Amino acid sequence: MTASATPTPDFSIRNLWKVFGHRADKIPTDPAMATLTGPEILERTGCVPAVRDMNFDVARGEVFVVMGLSGSGKSTLVRCLTRLIEPTAGQVLLEGQDIMKASQSALRDIRRKKISMVFQHFGLLPHRSVIDNVSYGLQVRGTGKSDRYKRAQEVIELVGLHGYEKRFPDQLSGGMQQRVGLARALAGDPDVLLFDEPFSALDPLIRRDMQAEVIRLHRDMGKTMVFITHDLSEALKLGDRILIMRHGELVQIGTGDELVGAPADDYVADFVSEVPRADVLTLRWIAQPGEASPTGPVLPVGTVIRDAIPTVLGTAGPVGVVDGDKLIGVVTRDDILGIINKSHAVGDVDPTPITDSRLLEPAVLA
Amino acid sequence: MATAQMERPAAAAPPPPPVAPRKPMLSLGTMILLGTLVLWLILRQVFANKWNLPLAKADLTSLHTDLNTFNDWVGNNRNTNPIFVYFFNEIRLVVDNTSTFVTHLISKTDVGLGIPQIGWLGTFCILTFVAFAVSNWKMALLTAVVFFFIGLQGLWPATMDTLSLVFTSVLFALIIGIPLGIWAGTSDRVNKIITPVLDFAQILPSFAYLAPLVLIFLIGPAPAVIATIIFATPPAIRITAHGIRQVPVTTREAVDSLGVRRGQRLRNVLLPMAKRTIVIGINQTVMAALSMVVIASLIGAEGLGLSVSQALQSLDVGTAFNAGLAIVLIAITLDRVTTAASIRAEVAARAGSDRRRLRLIVIGVALVITVVAIYLSRIYLWAAQFPQASLPDLGTSISNGANNVTNWVTTNMSGFTTGFKNDFTNHVLNPFESLLTGSPFFVVGLVLLVIGALVGGWRVAVTVLICLAAMVYLGVWADAMSTLAATIVATIVVMILGLVFGVWMGRSKMADRILRPILDAGQTLPAFVYLVPFLALFQASRLTAIVAAVVYAAPASIKIIADGISQVSTNTIEAATASGSTRWQIITKVQLPMSAKALALATNQGLIYVLSMVVIGGLVGAGALGYDVVSGLAQGDLFGKGLAAGLTLVMMGIILDRITQAAANRSLGSSISPAIARRQSATVGN
Repeated sequence: MTASATPTPDFSIRNLWKVFGHRADKIPTDPAMATLTGPEILERTGCVPAVRDMNFDVARGEVFVVMGLSGSGKSTLVRCLTRLIEPTAGQVLLEGQDIMKASQSALRDIRRKKISMVFQHFGLLPHRSVIDNVSYGLQVRGTGKSDRYKRAQEVIELVGLHGYEKRFPDQLSGGMQQRVGLARALAGDPDVLLFDEPFSALDPLIRRDMQAEVIRLHRDMGKTMVFITHDLSEALKLGDRILIMRHGELVQIGTGDELVGAPADDYVADFVSEVPRADVLTLRWIAQPGEASPTGPVLPVGTVIRDAIPTVLGTAGPVGVVDGDKLIGVVTRDDILGIINKSHAVGDVDPTPITDSRLLEPAVLA
Repeated sequence: MATAQMERPAAAAPPPPPVAPRKPMLSLGTMILLGTLVLWLILRQVFANKWNLPLAKADLTSLHTDLNTFNDWVGNNRNTNPIFVYFFNEIRLVVDNTSTFVTHLISKTDVGLGIPQIGWLGTFCILTFVAFAVSNWKMALLTAVVFFFIGLQGLWPATMDTLSLVFTSVLFALIIGIPLGIWAGTSDRVNKIITPVLDFAQILPSFAYLAPLVLIFLIGPAPAVIATIIFATPPAIRITAHGIRQVPVTTREAVDSLGVRRGQRLRNVLLPMAKRTIVIGINQTVMAALSMVVIASLIGAEGLGLSVSQALQSLDVGTAFNAGLAIVLIAITLDRVTTAASIRAEVAARAGSDRRRLRLIVIGVALVITVVAIYLSRIYLWAAQFPQASLPDLGTSISNGANNVTNWVTTNMSGFTTGFKNDFTNHVLNPFESLLTGSPFFVVGLVLLVIGALVGGWRVAVTVLICLAAMVYLGVWADAMSTLAATIVATIVVMILGLVFGVWMGRSKMADRILRPILDAGQTLPAFVYLVPFLALFQASRLTAIVAAVVYAAPASIKIIADGISQVSTNTIEAATASGSTRWQIITKVQLPMSAKALALATNQGLIYVLSMVVIGGLVGAGALGYDVVSGLAQGDLFGKGLAAGLTLVMMGIILDRITQAAANRSLGSSISPAIARRQSATVGN
């Protein structure tokens, strides 16, 4: 999946805060707190800023991943988006409409029709069968029984649960339960899907299947997705863009290769240090100025390094790197082997890629 | 005594400053405590029987006569004072009418032969039918057999009185309890308000509120039902709230994220998911109501409870045994049926539609039979009154059998039983009681205050001080000390049993599997039935009450300790074993210290159970506060003293509860993992 930000964002988060604790509403506006870190605020006031002055946009059809370690506030953030947790301050704009200002009934309407959520521990109703779980969202909207069963049946087949309609959640494996959770979220045909670490509780193999399932669903339906995870490889696999959170604050936002190639600080660098760089970085990050043989092969600048290996190693001289028709540099065997050899070291690539078009994304750091 | 109770929490508490060496901190609390106890013994000798506030059985303090006057005043103004006319009398009316309605329906009417609206055959079929409808045919069979057996015991009419009382009380308890429980389950604020009230209700010995109820509602069915409601409602509230609260947060969030309304959430999610727990709450409510029937008979309830309490007071073991057996059988039946119903609540939804249709047909047929039986029981005398004369009379045989056993025990085993009774009374109970009753009141008060302060800090100390002051003011200090002595002796025995069996059960799955069902069964039996066998063994004495209290309280304590021990993580045990600990070292240095909270809770529960039972022992010669309460209900001029004794019980309950709760919280508050890990690394190695 490649970055595909469009000018009309689905979600715009502006100055969003969630502070837990006594007199929490004072923290966002207090200038004395602005320079303190989260742990310092906790020590000073007893309040925990779980989400702190968060700003970002999610484009229509984008898979936007929020990543952080446990306690970084990512699960709180995703709950703030539909006010499952009431934010302390800020704006959550859905297609320009501020969810924070929505009345209870308008909010209910948004939850019923526009935004659905998939949860880490599934949150299925144990006393209802699979089909009744999947159709529950339609039932609370007032959809008639035959209509909602018809729709539920479609979604059940979509997530590969055909034949399990009459089972109860405790008769299903974890992976299948999460398929039910996914089907329930899809049943109402929402515009946006929120995932709160949906696969963390699953076995690695099943997790891989489910990730593939999400990629397939996204390809087929093109829904906007906000995906929370603590697993970097999952984030890189799924995310068009990734937001890294720490102590409730935004640390960096960007595509996978931006995070790996140009980490904003030591924290992110440490985070991505284990990532095999050749799998993530594109030729853009290693291309050098130079001249290539006009008859030799050329590679597009967006090629992942690992995919470029056969071509570069099979060519005697430097290989040209092109952006469209324009030659922007070359890569040599040494460049490629250097990346593969030092793939676990941090900061071994020039943090500035060859072109000035680093801002592939409208990076929305306010 | 106090050493046994105090050292445990003190030992359980970790040294407050983490770096400080452990020994001096431990011994500071213990030294203050030991010093206090030594001082107590010295002062007891120096001021023997001075300022110990004795009060003879018939004597009254001015407070007691004032309360009598107040009682008279209430009696005179009952029909004019607006609080009574518009509030208490209305409550009494509603409860009375409901209770009378149910009694007329299944027990007796005031006209002609006094035959109820629905005769025995009808009621019998209704009970069996309901058992089948809410659970299964096995439970229906059990119900039929038990109630027919009770009929043969000659106790059908008394049983119907008791069932009327239980049914009416449970009805009110559930009408009040389930909505409140749902409210407390969905609102944190309500939960915060209601929890301390429920906690307080739990430590309140049921004897304590009899006199106030009589004051307000007179003697009769209404106060008996109300007393039972007060006792039976808290479990309904607590368990319903618990059932609602245990619905996982994820599930709530998941349905919220689908945009449900509050009503939809309650109906579709919270109530169905809490259903099984709520049925368990109904089970607990029924059992609580049943356990009140004897006590309720002291303020006007009729039925089996009255038979038992009269037989206990006249030491007629045979009659008490016969009626007690019927209560036990009813308890077992109601418990089994409601438990089966709670299991059914879970599986019912999953049964295939064929099975469900079959079941509906069977229920329909059973319903028709029941209706026919009701019809017959309204037409024919044989179906209206249990045909006692034409069936074998089991009741007399059972009474005689019980009396024969009692006589045999009295003649053949009196050497043993009397010897044990005298030894225990002379060497354990009397010295301890005289230590408490012979000391000046301020010395005992000071000891309790020091214990409270050591365990729970100034907050607990202040509570203890207030309660002590109230106890002195209430004027039955000496009786309170007797009751306290019996309570503490019984609790120590309970804790010894709890440690032995609890550790055994906690360490051996086999022991747990064998003992747990016995303990569970023991806990479903109403308290006073334990008095009957020990009355046969030890006649009317304090020991009877103490032994009955021990048997009544032990199951709860044993189970708490067993759970505490078995919750110690296997990793820790493996680590201790790997460091070469002996089995004894593992028990004393790992499992028991790590179960400190469970031990404190077991002591707490043991004390509360024992206290309520020791007081009931007042019915069979245990004297002291229990006797004051009972005689206050029976004799008008002792009313004030009985009321004061009831309030004293409350104060004592609060003191004992606060101190042991503080000990339990303290073992929790010490952030278990690091503290215990630290202690462990210090102890496991040696």
